Amino acid sequence: MNDLTLIRKNLFRKKLRAILLTLSILIAFLIFGVLGAFYKVWTSGGELAADDRLVTVNRINFTVSMPYAYWSRVQAIDGVRNVSHASWFGGYYQDPTQFVQTFAIDAESYLDAYPELVFPEGQREAFINTRTCLAVGEDLAAQYGWELGQRIPLLSNIWQKTDGTASWEFDICAIFDGNTDEYPANYAIFHYDYYNEALAFNQDQIGWMVINTTDPARNDEVARAIDGMFANSPAETETTTEAAFNEAFANQFGNIALILLFVVGSAFTTILIIVGFTMVTAINERTGEIAVMKTLGFPAPRIFRMVLAESVLLSLVGGLLGLGLAWLMISGVAEAAAAFLPGLALPAEVFLTGLGLAVLLGLLTGIVPAINAQRVKIVTALGKQ
Amino acid sequence: MASLYELKDLSKRYTRGKESITIFEELTMSIPQGDFIAIMGPSGSGKTTLLNLLGGIDRPSSGSVECEGVRVDKLSEGKLAKWRSQNVGFIFQFYNLMPTLTAAQNVELPLLLTKLSGKQRKERVETALDVVGLADRKGHRPRQLSGGQQQRVAIARAIVADPKVLLCDEPTGDLDRVSADEILETLQLLNKELGKTIVMVTHDPSAAKYAARELHLDKGRFVEAKAEPAQ
Repeated sequence: MNDLTLIRKNLFRKKLRAILLTLSILIAFLIFGVLGAFYKVWTSGGELAADDRLVTVNRINFTVSMPYAYWSRVQAIDGVRNVSHASWFGGYYQDPTQFVQTFAIDAESYLDAYPELVFPEGQREAFINTRTCLAVGEDLAAQYGWELGQRIPLLSNIWQKTDGTASWEFDICAIFDGNTDEYPANYAIFHYDYYNEALAFNQDQIGWMVINTTDPARNDEVARAIDGMFANSPAETETTTEAAFNEAFANQFGNIALILLFVVGSAFTTILIIVGFTMVTAINERTGEIAVMKTLGFPAPRIFRMVLAESVLLSLVGGLLGLGLAWLMISGVAEAAAAFLPGLALPAEVFLTGLGLAVLLGLLTGIVPAINAQRVKIVTALGKQ
Repeated sequence: MASLYELKDLSKRYTRGKESITIFEELTMSIPQGDFIAIMGPSGSGKTTLLNLLGGIDRPSSGSVECEGVRVDKLSEGKLAKWRSQNVGFIFQFYNLMPTLTAAQNVELPLLLTKLSGKQRKERVETALDVVGLADRKGHRPRQLSGGQQQRVAIARAIVADPKVLLCDEPTGDLDRVSADEILETLQLLNKELGKTIVMVTHDPSAAKYAARELHLDKGRFVEAKAEPAQ
């Protein structure tokens, strides 16, 4: 027997109470773990952004297009190393429920802009040189079982061809991956020219431009130059860093961080009150036993530590179970969600933050009962028996 | 016999609201090593308070409590706790065992304050339980034991660290006559065979007869009533 035996036995002396408390903490940490994982993947765009990349969109909204001619004009601006462009295609495979995230791009400049995209040998060149090629991310290919050399139709609800159909035929000639696990490989890209020439409407328009600057220190200067160039035109532009653009994109549904903070904060505040109050009550019930331990010679600081450790242990058990359950749940849905939320996992930093929070929760809920236990007057406590 | 305790001019006063209550005033006494004293007296006479002062769980208003040259009343809280763990064994009326621990774990509790190894602690616990005749109940929890058995576990807990003195506050107050006699015989055995100094507070005259001498506390002073044990 040692102090840990005493702590453990005291903690689980009332099993139902201990189970309910553990369960309540577990739920809080489950919410924290799951939301933390989703938040991380949702906002990973900002972290994956390169320092030297800018994004130029139509000032009205990033869904509104701009003239194709802007592309060549921006290339002439001092401080610009590379300019590419992309246009949202969307589309679906066979059935409208089988959504495919697809972009029409200028191949060479786009691959230059995004060195994070990794192609097996020869496939990069094959993509650049094949007009009808669809370069598919590994996750997307895995989702639909696509293979190299396969010819597939993608259907669009928006983009019709001049022949009146909305079915676009592509040859899969490249399957790419990101250079890290976090980098998304859940989308497909194809040649803008192939798309633009067959479009029934909205020809010679592009969705947005991606600009690589010669030096990240010149980002502001280049952004001002681009927006200044198209000021007072029918399609004014707004240029930001890629990180800012990705963050704004993620926040188009609201301030995700604030919403998560509110949800997680509410859960933790509730748990703090419940566990804190229960711990105070539990220690008050044991005042006589604490007095006896002090009588036997247990010093007050040791009793303080034991009560605090009891609270931290409770919190850690609940926290670890909650985070473990969150990991199981996230792992369970990660594969199915790979096409929409690539890299969905319980990140180590969320897990470690959760552990830190568990210790903090334990300390916060245990500090008052620990002080009360430390202050127990032997004579008074024994006299009440 | 050499003196274990020296109490000099001991006073204890409590304040209740604006009222000051004097329990005893300038009490002086000596307790020799190996003595077995029964302290009797009416309720509120200060018997338990005196026991608390001897055990270092209360402090006098004035005067001194000295145990083998150590001024117990002057020790800091930390040193007092250590002194108690090394010198005093407590036996309470309601046993005060930890309900979540087994008999053996309850007995082992004071040994957690020592530097003994797990094996040494186990041997000590088995010996202590053997002394009180409960070696076969070591795995039982307090609620699985009778009152007399619980008190015997409490005695084992009190003696396991080999203290010099046992302080017993109404140790048979919650027991039937048969169990009470068993407990008192055990205490007598500890006094006679192991030389433990025992100070026992009791209301029960037949319990007091097991002691070597009886002291009656009344109005803040002692009246010695008996010199030799009756049983």
